[in-house]
Amino acid sequence: MGLLTPSGGLLFWMTIAFGVVFFILAKFAFPVILGSVEKREKYIGTQLDAARAAEVRIASLEEEGEKIIADAEREKVNILKDAATSRDKIVGDARETAQEEAARIIAEAKKQAQEEKDAILASARGEVAKIAIAMASKVLRDQLSDSQAQEALQEILGDEASGEKV
Amino acid sequence: MKLFLRYVLVAAIALVAPSVASASGHGGGESFSPKEMVMEHLADSYDWHIITIKDKDIVVPLPVIVRSSTGWHIFSSDKICHEGAVYEGLYIAHEGKYKDKIVEDIDGVQKRPLDISLTKTACGAVFSLIVVMILFLVAASAYKKRDEIDYCPKGLAGLMEWLISSILDSVIKPCVGSNWRKFAPYLLTAFFFIFVTNLLGLIPIFPAGANVTGNITITLFMAVMTMLAVNLFGSKHYYKEIFWPDVPVFLKAIPLMPLIEIIGIFTKPFALMMRLFANILAGHSIILSLCCIIFVTVHMGAAVNGSMTAVALLFMIFMNCLELLVAFLQAYVFTMLSSVFIGLAQEGH
Repeated sequence: MGLLTPSGGLLFWMTIAFGVVFFILAKFAFPVILGSVEKREKYIGTQLDAARAAEVRIASLEEEGEKIIADAEREKVNILKDAATSRDKIVGDARETAQEEAARIIAEAKKQAQEEKDAILASARGEVAKIAIAMASKVLRDQLSDSQAQEALQEILGDEASGEKV
Repeated sequence: MKLFLRYVLVAAIALVAPSVASASGHGGGESFSPKEMVMEHLADSYDWHIITIKDKDIVVPLPVIVRSSTGWHIFSSDKICHEGAVYEGLYIAHEGKYKDKIVEDIDGVQKRPLDISLTKTACGAVFSLIVVMILFLVAASAYKKRDEIDYCPKGLAGLMEWLISSILDSVIKPCVGSNWRKFAPYLLTAFFFIFVTNLLGLIPIFPAGANVTGNITITLFMAVMTMLAVNLFGSKHYYKEIFWPDVPVFLKAIPLMPLIEIIGIFTKPFALMMRLFANILAGHSIILSLCCIIFVTVHMGAAVNGSMTAVALLFMIFMNCLELLVAFLQAYVFTMLSSVFIGLAQEGH
């Protein structure tokens, strides 16, 4: 039965020792440890939240980046297309103007040639007339060497002159 | 492994043929009493017996503090702890009601003086409380030294933090409820005191090895602490449940239910006290009894003694492993039940 009887002296020492240790631990150890653990927990919590937010932000940024890249791609295609059409247009225009110019030059050349031809023809005509007159005068002189002919001519001329006066 | 099997075989042979073995053994020499040896360890004593070498006891004397009819007496236990010693009218009774306690004779009648000696169990308890205190203060100082918000402790502080956190998160917070902060210091101190004391109790070398948590006074103290924590901080709801529970009026008027509830106030800590006490006491007794097998069989011849030593050793190793588990389990169970009782008394806060 000795084992089952509590002893007062032991209880006394146990109360003092446990009380002192409990007091010291409750005052100096547990608040420090629990406080530190809780602080760290909170810190980790906020850090996790921040990381999650950053992740979301990175995802949105990535999306944005992809959108920007897609836009740029589209823009590139558009620009290339525009460039191709404007190139074609420029080439076409150039061809057209070249043709026009060529046509104009040809026309001018033709006109000039015509003019020159006309001038040549005109001058040739004058020469021919001069030659004809010269030949005619030669013929006339030969024919007018006799007086009869001279008189006849005088008459004609006089008629003509009078006729002109009337 | 082969060696191990051979030992087991030898042990088995020794077990089936005890009569042959005892016949070959020759009794004699001083008798060894296992009961005395086990009881001596389990019971409290005024001095701390470490070992006996060739009839010479090696003992750590402890202070005896006694207030007898002639006033206070403070002296070392070695003055009183040998056969027939009487010091200042005080001696240790060897039989009767006060067996193994310091008594004095007043008018021929044995009387027990007021005795607050620092006995073996008291020293064991103080020692483990000091160990607990050092563990926590060292751990706490690690945090104070590195006052950083993201400081994660290593080593002892890390171990302590892990233990504290696991007990807090798995026992105290869920069982006590929202008010856990108020009771955490007591519950943690109780857990670590019981755990460390149980572990120290398994180490057979001074200053560990005393049977502290297997002493009824210690478990009584712990149970009373829990009872105080439950009842001093009980909510209105808790007391209403005791004195005026929601049962038919005739049950309260007699008053049957309040009586049962009031008995319940005491049975809960009583269960706490007995559970811890009995578990640790049983563990110590079994290990010691196994140890005694070696010495009981010493006169039965070398074969029996050798094989029984092997068997006893195997069982002792097994029991010690089991006791390691029990050491944690009992501390855990005590803390959990205390938390549950406190939590029940906090309902409706």
